[in-house]
Amino acid sequence: MATAPAPLSLSASTLPARLRAGAVPAGARWRQARRGRMVVRAKIREIFMPALSSTMTEGKIVSWSAGEGDRVSKGDAVVVVESDKADMDVETFHDGIVAAVLVQAGESAPVGAPIALLAESEEEVPLALSKAQELSNGQPQQAPPAPTEDAAAAPPPPPAPAAAPAPVAAGTKGIASPQAKKLAKQHRVDLAKVTGTGPYGRITSADVEAAAGIQPKSKPAPAAAAPSVGAVPQAAVLPPVPGATVVPFTTMQAAVSKNMVESLAVPTFRVGYPIVTDKLDELYEKVKPKGVTMTVLLAKAAAMALAQHPVVNASCRDGKSFTYNSNINIAVAVAIDGGLITPVLQDADKLDIYLLSQNWKDLVKKARAKQLQPNEYSSGTFTLSNLGMFAVDQFDAILPPGQGAIMAVGASKPTVVADKDGFFSVKSKMLVNVTADHRIVYGADLAAFLQTFAKILEDPESLTL
Amino acid sequence: MQSTAAVSVSASATASRGGARSEAARRPGGVRVCGLRGEALTCPSLRISQAPARLAVARAAAATNGAVAGSGGGFDYDLVIIGAGVGGHGAALHAVEEGLKTAIIEGDVVGGTCVNRGCVPSKALLAVSGRMRELHDEHHMKSMGLQVSSPGYDRQGVADHANNLASKIRSNLTNSMKALGVDILTGVGTIVGKQKVRYGKAGFPDKEITARNIIIATGSVPFVPKGIEIDGKTVFTSDHALKLESVPDWIAIVGSGYIGLEFSDVYTALGSEVTFVEALDQLMPGFDPEIAKLAQRVLINPRKIDYHTGVFANKITPAKDGKPVLIELIDAKTKEHKETLEVDAALIATGRAPFTKGLGLENINVVTQRGFVPVDERMRVMDADGNVVPNLYCIGDANGKLMLAHAASAQGISVVEQISGKDHILNHLSIPAACFTHPEISMVGLTEPQAREKADKEGFEVNIVKTSFKANTKALAENEGDGIAKLIYRPDTGEILGVHILGLHAADLIHEASNAIALGTRVQDIKFAVHAHPTLSEVLDELFKAAKLQPREGRDSKPSSHPNRC
Repeated sequence: MATAPAPLSLSASTLPARLRAGAVPAGARWRQARRGRMVVRAKIREIFMPALSSTMTEGKIVSWSAGEGDRVSKGDAVVVVESDKADMDVETFHDGIVAAVLVQAGESAPVGAPIALLAESEEEVPLALSKAQELSNGQPQQAPPAPTEDAAAAPPPPPAPAAAPAPVAAGTKGIASPQAKKLAKQHRVDLAKVTGTGPYGRITSADVEAAAGIQPKSKPAPAAAAPSVGAVPQAAVLPPVPGATVVPFTTMQAAVSKNMVESLAVPTFRVGYPIVTDKLDELYEKVKPKGVTMTVLLAKAAAMALAQHPVVNASCRDGKSFTYNSNINIAVAVAIDGGLITPVLQDADKLDIYLLSQNWKDLVKKARAKQLQPNEYSSGTFTLSNLGMFAVDQFDAILPPGQGAIMAVGASKPTVVADKDGFFSVKSKMLVNVTADHRIVYGADLAAFLQTFAKILEDPESLTL
Repeated sequence: MQSTAAVSVSASATASRGGARSEAARRPGGVRVCGLRGEALTCPSLRISQAPARLAVARAAAATNGAVAGSGGGFDYDLVIIGAGVGGHGAALHAVEEGLKTAIIEGDVVGGTCVNRGCVPSKALLAVSGRMRELHDEHHMKSMGLQVSSPGYDRQGVADHANNLASKIRSNLTNSMKALGVDILTGVGTIVGKQKVRYGKAGFPDKEITARNIIIATGSVPFVPKGIEIDGKTVFTSDHALKLESVPDWIAIVGSGYIGLEFSDVYTALGSEVTFVEALDQLMPGFDPEIAKLAQRVLINPRKIDYHTGVFANKITPAKDGKPVLIELIDAKTKEHKETLEVDAALIATGRAPFTKGLGLENINVVTQRGFVPVDERMRVMDADGNVVPNLYCIGDANGKLMLAHAASAQGISVVEQISGKDHILNHLSIPAACFTHPEISMVGLTEPQAREKADKEGFEVNIVKTSFKANTKALAENEGDGIAKLIYRPDTGEILGVHILGLHAADLIHEASNAIALGTRVQDIKFAVHAHPTLSEVLDELFKAAKLQPREGRDSKPSSHPNRC
């Protein structure tokens, strides 16, 4: 990585030091009392995340060149920041002691957020630390009047300084064990501020870890926790059943199992929709001799509806964004011997039903022979599962990983319906139920999609176009 | 090319002899043949001698302890050895083989430092530490697909393992000598005059014996600098540490040589934190600097170890009255006080001092130098006037030439060769050394700075080649790719000057190099030797193959590479 030595100066705001404890009303009294004795006025400066480019909104700390407790002079590089463009050394604008690092190396902070506190002298270090605690708690402790800038600028709670130790822990002889010293350096813990709890008041590695806010890693993992260590994040293995036969999953079954477990991590919801199918059934009778199946008609209809509602054809891959697919590929669940596979009708919106039917026949043949190529069963952007042929009236499908929605189609059954004029009639009606990822597909999206889908099926001539 | 011819002759002669010998030598704790003897004579590093020819006699002698050869001249023994450590033991076994009537005097326990308070029990502790290290290295385990939950240890169990090993090796050693008919005399030996030794135990009358030849092999004791108070509990030497009576939370190790380094491996594996105190500016001062640097990266930095270099431990006070162990550090140069460490224990590993007091050397006009008995290259003791004292030799730590158990043994064998009428000079540069950390470090010959200094003086060039364990299949299979091997050689002649290894089983790997140096094998020859695949030995194989020689006129006449001939 190119570390451009770009000497940038940190914006540092000067904040009058305040006492942390609520007992003392405000900083003023303290400052007065103190000023009498002291030459240097107490000052704690915040080091902000600088804007290193015009497009930068947040920066990641690559590393701290200066650690807590280090004395720095104006112009010293104190931190390396990774922007959206490059890594840059950032210099301090003031002399002082780095009292508290608020954003640790590897963490990010928005531009302008305080990333460290600079104390002007040793005396201010404890104050800076208490301020660090305020900042990391997201709000000032107890009483002190909080200037708005402060609270607003509070960064996402940086874990490390949160547990910053009792600030004034002087008095120990500061003797630290070799490992404690190593850890202190690594986690930038100022040993002078750590209270030793080891033999003869010595600072142990546990003390440093506590000061750095690290959970003791319980390096030798407690034996009790060990038994459930399994490779698959599945529920605990149940005790064996006496007399039962255990048949391990085939590869396909294992893959299904894995996908199903993974789906639990996605927040899904379901929307059902009734669709009158008399016209669809008529059409089906007409095209059936030409080798068109109901599955293909439904897939085609879904694809046409998806073309109008691209969000239902999208997926959420990282929890942070929509991935809009450029193709509409309808995966159709097919039960095969000992498993389930989803051959994919690619570009189902673009191809006509006769071509799709031909493709479908080939795919099913390959699926039964277990000869599908990966792109023929894993490239779906939307899944269709039809159990109508078993007279299932409605069911609920599980969303496969990597897709935004799955449609479950029940059987079409003669149903008594009343029209708006109050006339009763018997029409064929089927229930479809769509399961979708609510991170990207909302209720209204799905409802609108289903409405479009229903319209296409209820006036199915467009399917043959 | 005469020397080349001579070497090959000597090598083959040795091989045939070695074959016969090995049978006689294969006993528990048996003879080590170190510094090979050549039958041909031009190679100065090899032995200058006449034909061997005594094997049959020697074997007969083995049963009767010198009855065949006879002690003659009215001496009680042909050879009396003072000190039954590894050096004395090696000498005794070889003496019997050579048909000498032999006695060994031991004032303490058979086996000496190595077996009782050194190499042997420390290897037991290091075996434990190696396993603990592996079991605790979750990452290492996981990468091999292993799951281990919370490994722990029982201190007493570990200590017992070390102690049991020492007892076992000690009884092996004792039995091997008894079986050969070596008289083991108990008591402290003193030289009372020319070829005369007195020995005795407290409470018993002293006895005096005469011997045609005497070998002093009294070894050494841990050296404790002034100002350090040993209490055996919180401030102690390797003698106490090997008993593993405690595993302190934090231990300072004074001295970062072999002993200190090995103990740091043991203590950190058992959960202690370690602080090294080293008087020189660099840790591990005795090692090749490049190896020391890598060792620091592998054996020091990632562990719970810190260090102070360039400082003396001026004063060390054991823990008492509710105070921890106090170590006053002063600057090694300015002698100014630097800081005071407070630790739970301190191990003094500042080297070893010869154990030569009470030997009666004054009776024969020998003056020790810093306690060491002055000897010449044949281990013959020199008196105060610089003259050889006839029939008196000193081997091992007591002469200080090379303080290693196997060096002592080799010196002992060399002496026995001489008193059997075959001149022999041991090539100390062929004696390997090893440090049994995890991974191990081993070396033979010169370090790079030593080689360069020698090259400057003698006007030749030095080449260095290196290979890595990372490229070795076996090392990678073990997930132990840390380490290098380094060869220092003369590109003009192909002579091997030194080999240094840091890596898995380095101590076992060094012998190919040390044997090559002992035999005078050159890189252009050894590179054609075949190594089993996949083994760690291929690290050395690659090393030899990587060594390039300078093209030189005169050598072309005899092509050293063979393809056309095969």
